[in-house]
Amino acid sequence: MTALSAAIESAQVVVCCGTGGVGKTTTAAALGLQAATLGRRAVVATIDPAKRLADALGVPGGLGNDPVRLPIEAQGELWALMLDTARTFDGLVTANAANPEQAERILNNAFYRNVAGSFSGTQDYMAGERLHSLHADERFDVVIVDTPPTRNALDFLDAPGVISRFLDHPLFKMMMLPTRRGLRMLNVATQPILRSIGRVVGGDVLADAIAFFQAFDGMETGFRQRAEEVLTLLRSDVTTYVLVASPRGDTIEEAAYFAGRLRTAQLDVTALIVNRSTPTFGDLPQRRPKRVAEAALFDNLAELHGAAVEEHRHLGPLLEELALDPDQGSVWVPLLAGDVHDLDGLSTIRALLFD
Amino acid sequence: MPPKSVDPLHFLSAARLTVVAGKGGVGKTTVTAVLARAAVRRGLRTLVLELDGKPALRTLVGDVASQTITAGDALAEYLDTHGLKRVSKRLISSGVIDVVATAAPGIDDIVVLGKVKQLERSGDWDVILVDGPAAGHAITMLRAARGMLATVRGGPLRAQALDVAAMLGDPRRTQVVLVTLPETTPVNELVETAYALEDKAGVHLGPVVVNAVDVGETLDPSAAPEGSAMRAAAEFRNARRRLQGDECARLLDELALPQLHLPAHSGTALDAAAIEQLATGLDVPVPA
Repeated sequence: MTALSAAIESAQVVVCCGTGGVGKTTTAAALGLQAATLGRRAVVATIDPAKRLADALGVPGGLGNDPVRLPIEAQGELWALMLDTARTFDGLVTANAANPEQAERILNNAFYRNVAGSFSGTQDYMAGERLHSLHADERFDVVIVDTPPTRNALDFLDAPGVISRFLDHPLFKMMMLPTRRGLRMLNVATQPILRSIGRVVGGDVLADAIAFFQAFDGMETGFRQRAEEVLTLLRSDVTTYVLVASPRGDTIEEAAYFAGRLRTAQLDVTALIVNRSTPTFGDLPQRRPKRVAEAALFDNLAELHGAAVEEHRHLGPLLEELALDPDQGSVWVPLLAGDVHDLDGLSTIRALLFD
Repeated sequence: MPPKSVDPLHFLSAARLTVVAGKGGVGKTTVTAVLARAAVRRGLRTLVLELDGKPALRTLVGDVASQTITAGDALAEYLDTHGLKRVSKRLISSGVIDVVATAAPGIDDIVVLGKVKQLERSGDWDVILVDGPAAGHAITMLRAARGMLATVRGGPLRAQALDVAAMLGDPRRTQVVLVTLPETTPVNELVETAYALEDKAGVHLGPVVVNAVDVGETLDPSAAPEGSAMRAAAEFRNARRRLQGDECARLLDELALPQLHLPAHSGTALDAAAIEQLATGLDVPVPA
């Protein structure tokens, strides 16, 4: 049995990482399908707004922040959702606020709306947060996460670093200086550094920012604690990491980068999935046929064969770096004659990965 | 046999600024490098701008002039030239800049594009190629000027946004080249991005670059015995090429833009030599 098969049988959390364009979302869905085939209740959380995947999976309205059950024939269940960073953040604010008024004040703040959607690291932090809540959800046995297609995709491993970076921010601290409550707003607004910022971005924007930080008062502890819990889950034995790559030079480089990030975080990659590899068809005839039409077929086979050999040669160092078993550690999925864009295609990928 | 083809020289000199955009994994950086080499081969004074901090581009373009613009540097320079020189270091070292960028979304994009505009106006370059951020961010970035104009009523930022919007909205100054692969999902995503860019950012779209096209004659599988490896391989290759052709045709159907096809290069490693080879391929004028 491959390391991947074993992982899908028992892991409670599967994190799929890799760069964009390597079929990560499709792979995550196929892993979910396999878990469901094994009788498990799986939920796949995608981050990329891949609407077409939702369509193909038979979810007409697209995927939202809440899990939807997919119409598949399997012993288990397959659910899917698309992470909505802003809504997840809203949920966290509501859960941690001392009272509904505090939550309301924050949620309606213009600066908060920008933070929720764009503060660097927010998406990664929220991915971790969502993962944690899905893991705790009794409806599911296994959560499969498709990480964002960016280099920063593993930033959530730095949690609680991400949330701390935010809470430890000089500006945040400045706002939270223990001063007499009524005077705080006035005091911070007169700080020279803030006056300077105000000249660049405008007074309204600055006032929103100040109001946000003040409304946030008292919620830090809850946020930090949750970040710790997320990190504990990501580091525990129930979580497994799968690296997805394609055999092109640039994506191998990116995969090596992710491998390095995981190693720094002292996390092991369970399996490498190599998507879209050049298929092999069998041995070349002893000699090149003389007839022109047949010789062209010989050349074609030789070319594809050469490409496949080259791909294996290129991925060798990565496998070594990941310390994966040469036989059981990686699974190669050949490029198909057609594109995968429906449930049947997904079944094909599942079979190629596991059967 | 692209369904609708384009003369590279003509389109490279159509606008001074060419922003190359596309989803991750479609080969945006490769395409930027190939277009840069092709422009240099035609004697155009060419500058490549890199916004993502990816080191790969520089090695790929060889001796073509290149420059990296980061949001942090651009913002620092902006503050320096707007009477905040004294505090700009402190703003940056304390990380307050992050908060500024969050408080006024788009400010980092505006200052980066402001820097690009300076280079575009300098008269030193015939062609400026920008290896843009991935598609989603590219839309946000190119929309930033319009967004800023809607929210900021006065001051230096508004002036900057006006200048940037003028540059982006003028087809003689700016064109956006979208990159895709000849496959279903990337083509769908490109069509979506194209509409979003035209509607929301008001930029002119140049030709679409279809990267990694498997060019070659259709094979005759029946020349080899049934069940043979040669026959199976030929059927596979034909199917892939047919799929690619169908996708290019569909792209043209859904998006009436000229297409420039870059052939797939053999081998997994892409280096400066491979880029030069692809750029040389563009020398041959493609019949319209």
